[in-house]
Amino acid sequence: MTQDEIFSKVRAVIVDALAVDEEEVTPTASLVGDLGAESIDFLDIQFKLEQAFGFKVPQGDLFPENVAQDPKYVREGKVTAEGIAALKARLPHVDFAKFEANPAINKVADLFTVDAVVKYVARRLADK
Amino acid sequence: MVGGEETRGLEGPTVRWMWIDRVVSLERGRRLVAIKNVSLAEEHLHDHFAPDAARALPALPVMPASLILEGLAQSGGLLVGHAEDFRYKVVLAKIGKASIDRDAAPGCTLRYTATIERMDDQGAAVACTVEIMDHARAPSGPGAAAAFEPAGSADLMFSHLDNNRGAGGTVGEDFPAHNFVFGEAFKTLLAASAGTTR
Repeated sequence: MTQDEIFSKVRAVIVDALAVDEEEVTPTASLVGDLGAESIDFLDIQFKLEQAFGFKVPQGDLFPENVAQDPKYVREGKVTAEGIAALKARLPHVDFAKFEANPAINKVADLFTVDAVVKYVARRLADK
Repeated sequence: MVGGEETRGLEGPTVRWMWIDRVVSLERGRRLVAIKNVSLAEEHLHDHFAPDAARALPALPVMPASLILEGLAQSGGLLVGHAEDFRYKVVLAKIGKASIDRDAAPGCTLRYTATIERMDDQGAAVACTVEIMDHARAPSGPGAAAAFEPAGSADLMFSHLDNNRGAGGTVGEDFPAHNFVFGEAFKTLLAASAGTTR
């Protein structure tokens, strides 16, 4: 499956799950900030991706749980360097470049973009 | 011998509105079928809709579509709760799509079918359909019976409340230890449906 094909299937899943317009689903759009996803929508998207692509998504694999709840990884409202390293290891499909400049806890949600979902799917398909 | 109020009441620790009359079939973790009989004794039908003299409209008693959705959600919630022996607090978290296409008048029977499409520790996706049987529209002829006809559908998401830690950095809240979702009313309903479950 080409990158374009993956993107268009991911876009269809997101349009369906979040009731947004196709044009809004750009690679850089964040699911929460730009597309209005709430916590249950992440589970919905996970289930719909499984249906669309035919693989199982283990819990926490695509969108991690307790991203920044571990006191070890948070200091003064920011994710520590150690915390970012741990997240990076768990989430190779996520681009941390912008986040690293200001790793505020309330910016964690911005990490989950349409592109992160596309990259995740591409990796899973390549692993098959 | 009937037990005391605390064991026999339809209102346990939580008061529930019941919008299912009977579970007619239950396959654990897969599918639940329930029925709801619409009755003119339900007071809200007299307001939904009352006659409108000014516009010369007669009364039109029909079950509100929102309550049909509630019935579908109760069917789905019961199915999801039962799948894990009611260990989890199961709450309706999202209605993806819903369409109720026909009016349910007093005397009609609704049949709700809820099917689990996917479930994990966090929650479940459930596909629901509603069918309607209008007993007055039976085909003629000896022994002829009315049939259920499609009347709508809904895609529902349920959350296992205690396990839903959210995504994107949000954290779940703490909830009471007792399972306030599944009170006595649901247990009574399931007990009345004994023999239909497997």
